[in-house]
Amino acid sequence: MMDWLDIGTLDDIPLRGARCVKTPNGRIGIFRTHDDRVFAIEDHCPHKGGPLSQGIVHGAAVTCPLHNWVFSLETGKALGADEGSVKTIPVRIEDGRIAIALGALLQAAE
Amino acid sequence: MTEKLVIIGNGMAPGRMLEHLLEAAPDRYRITIFNAEPRVNYDRIMLSPVLSGEKAYEEIVIHGDGWYIKHGIMLYKGHKIVAIDREARTVTSDKGVTEPYDKLVIATGSVPFIIPVPGKELPGVLSYRDLDDVGAMLLAAQSRDRAVVIGGGLLGLEAAAGLKERGMDVTVLHVMPTLMERQLDPAAGYLLQKQLEARGITVRTKANTRQIVGDGKVQGVELDTGEIIPATLVVMAVGIRPNVGLAKEAGLEVNRGIITDDRMQTSDPDIFALGECVEVDGRVYGLVAPLYEMAKVMAAKLAGAGDRRFVHSDTPTKLKVTGIDLYSIGDFADGEDREEIILRDAAAGIYKRVILQDNRIIGTVLFGETADGAWFNDLKKKEVDISEMRDTLIFGQAFQGGASADPLAAVAALADDAEICGCNGVCKGKIVSTITEKGLTSLDDVRAHTKASASCGSCTGLVEKVMALTLGDSYNPASVQPMCTCTELGHDEVRRLIKAKGLKTIPAVMQELEWKTSCGCAKCRPALNYYLVAGWPGDYADDYQSRFINERVHANIQKDGTYSVVPRMWGGVTSAAELRAIADVVDKFAIPTVKVTGGQRIDMLGIRKEDLPAVWADLGQAGFVSGHAYAKGLRTVKTCVGTDWCRFGTQDSTGLGIRIEKFMWGSWTPAKVKMAVSGCPRNCAEATCKDVGVICVDSGYEIHFAGAAGLDIKGTEVLGLVRTEDEALEAIVALVQMYREQARYLERIYKWAKRVGLDEIRRQIMADPDRRKAYFERFVFSQKFAQVDPWSERVSGKDKHEFQPMAETDFRVAAE
Repeated sequence: MMDWLDIGTLDDIPLRGARCVKTPNGRIGIFRTHDDRVFAIEDHCPHKGGPLSQGIVHGAAVTCPLHNWVFSLETGKALGADEGSVKTIPVRIEDGRIAIALGALLQAAE
Repeated sequence: MTEKLVIIGNGMAPGRMLEHLLEAAPDRYRITIFNAEPRVNYDRIMLSPVLSGEKAYEEIVIHGDGWYIKHGIMLYKGHKIVAIDREARTVTSDKGVTEPYDKLVIATGSVPFIIPVPGKELPGVLSYRDLDDVGAMLLAAQSRDRAVVIGGGLLGLEAAAGLKERGMDVTVLHVMPTLMERQLDPAAGYLLQKQLEARGITVRTKANTRQIVGDGKVQGVELDTGEIIPATLVVMAVGIRPNVGLAKEAGLEVNRGIITDDRMQTSDPDIFALGECVEVDGRVYGLVAPLYEMAKVMAAKLAGAGDRRFVHSDTPTKLKVTGIDLYSIGDFADGEDREEIILRDAAAGIYKRVILQDNRIIGTVLFGETADGAWFNDLKKKEVDISEMRDTLIFGQAFQGGASADPLAAVAALADDAEICGCNGVCKGKIVSTITEKGLTSLDDVRAHTKASASCGSCTGLVEKVMALTLGDSYNPASVQPMCTCTELGHDEVRRLIKAKGLKTIPAVMQELEWKTSCGCAKCRPALNYYLVAGWPGDYADDYQSRFINERVHANIQKDGTYSVVPRMWGGVTSAAELRAIADVVDKFAIPTVKVTGGQRIDMLGIRKEDLPAVWADLGQAGFVSGHAYAKGLRTVKTCVGTDWCRFGTQDSTGLGIRIEKFMWGSWTPAKVKMAVSGCPRNCAEATCKDVGVICVDSGYEIHFAGAAGLDIKGTEVLGLVRTEDEALEAIVALVQMYREQARYLERIYKWAKRVGLDEIRRQIMADPDRRKAYFERFVFSQKFAQVDPWSERVSGKDKHEFQPMAETDFRVAAE
């Protein structure tokens, strides 16, 4: 059984944009793509720690605002020539409300 | 002894003839040209792209002035020949120049057919033949009012599409039941009509014009039903007639056109004719391919090189309207001895029809998908018996023999004598051999040497495929650097097309310019957002999701994810009250670092994102606005103290700096713009390494630009010297506006200036007061929407979501 944490509604996130969720062990970036899919990944670029939730969202990817690394929101893997990955967190949308998986969150925090 | 060759007319046909002649017999003739139009030889086929805004006049010039000088040709521009004296062997122009000839070439082209209805002379009734017509149409289109195009043929429809692109409300009137009935069968004509209507063009078939109505100028077109269609512009494009008046008066044999033999000789052995004015073997021609063939024949004859004769061949019809694919050739009338094969795909708007006689193709009509046009034409020309492949013929070349649908394979399978460029009659083998012999690598080179795709350009894709096949891996098609991997287009084309096609949103740009990704990337989105902001002030809604984080939250992100804040200090001047307010903010928010910047202001570093609106609120109380230290926009105007304090100061440099900054703050630019004003040539404000700088001197203000002191170090160039502050401001603002309109995103002024040329910038800004004022006005207009302090907007609650986390958890909440 997964525990889910309600974080808000789809409208809280700009289209092709992102927000973040603060946890005691770091931030989670919540992304909304052009086709209204929602993804959650660690808000911490493995390169120099850039806040990915502040980057430009394009397709199902985000470009880090510090040094332009690009990450797939689906897999968390760096795209292009760079190597590295961020943890992805399961997302559930029900009745317009977004929830993220707590188990993964706690693991991410470990 | 050199003979005297006189040419009447300077269109594409005589231009091409001269190229061949100069190659075969460069010194045989002393050449004089009389051109009734006041300009050089340009590509008339490309008038429609000029009308729609996809090309500029400069891009369609075939022979620039230099070409005539290089070849020692005397070109009389704006001289219309009014008489030919065959006895004395001279011609005389309307400006009184008389020139003797040994050989005379008549290339007077055609004149538009004006339907003889009342009102045809009213101002606002135009034809569509030359650049002057296009100029007049563009002027009329500025009204964005209603236009009626009479004539649903090739020219009329291109004019209609162009005017629509330019924002006019367009109605096409066509006498016949379907459009382009001479080139298309009714089914394709119907599809064409549907596609034009989908673009918002109204099409009226079976529409007979009774008269053009208007009092002093055009107000509408009255049909024979009595209905009046309102219009402020009427374009007549119902057809052309060979321009034979001059030849007739000279007593040459004339029928519909000037009659020549198959070596382009008229009834006078010293007089030749070519182009649209000619009738050869009972036919007159209006498309460029046969005219270029005439050019070859005549050049051979004049050069005394071989016995080349003009032979009729069918020319395919293509419509130069972006997004409409149409191809037709040959005979497609129904007949008892004829069979046809038809393929229709209603959903995709595709129609293909091949007409057969004795198992050989005699005609083809393609709509919606025309890639196989050249192949069908090839089969037709060679009269290939198609019975073997009859079942799959209509599916095209890729389908034959189980070949793959790879377009490159389809081109590879073409025979060496397959025609690639219909306009210029260039076959595949010629392109391949020229590439190999001359070591060509770029499309421009191939165009220059073979002429393939150098006229209407619709075969460019085919030519590129031939290049790819011939050059293999060494072929690099990107002669223009694309903006990013989402598109093949370069920055300049994208900017031009945004304006020309009236694209006002990022999704519209991506749709119309065929972006390869769903919503771009971090490279193209900010660039497009800038081009739209700069291109449509007031109209375009800034897309913050397409801006970098710094411009989205109006502060500079630091390596640890905190932000720095730089308020504006006009001209670098501050006060005790301002400094006190900054000190209070630093204390209140425990800002870890305060630093003086290179641009004469104060930077507060290490501010948490959530605190930004509160920091701005306090700064705003003290009268501060954003310094845009994060923006691709106007940063600072650095100054020295000038005549206020300095014993060497020649002008009020501080005052001018503040004035410039107050005038220009808030404007978005392709890259950051840093300025400075120094009060004397000692240059304490370091104005000579800025994007724009001013050095005050006794006699006025020396304006500098295109300096750099970053990755590159470069002293400025002088734009010019002006006498007053007002003039200095106008010139600086105009310069920055020119840069805003022309530069590529992220291109600093010094790089842009190097690309377009310093002299060109000086000419437009300093030597052309009208242009300077126009740039100035456009800047002032865009400032109406740009000069809003982003900080106070956000203090008032704009984009609140940017500054707050969506949720917070300490895990216990979730564990419940």
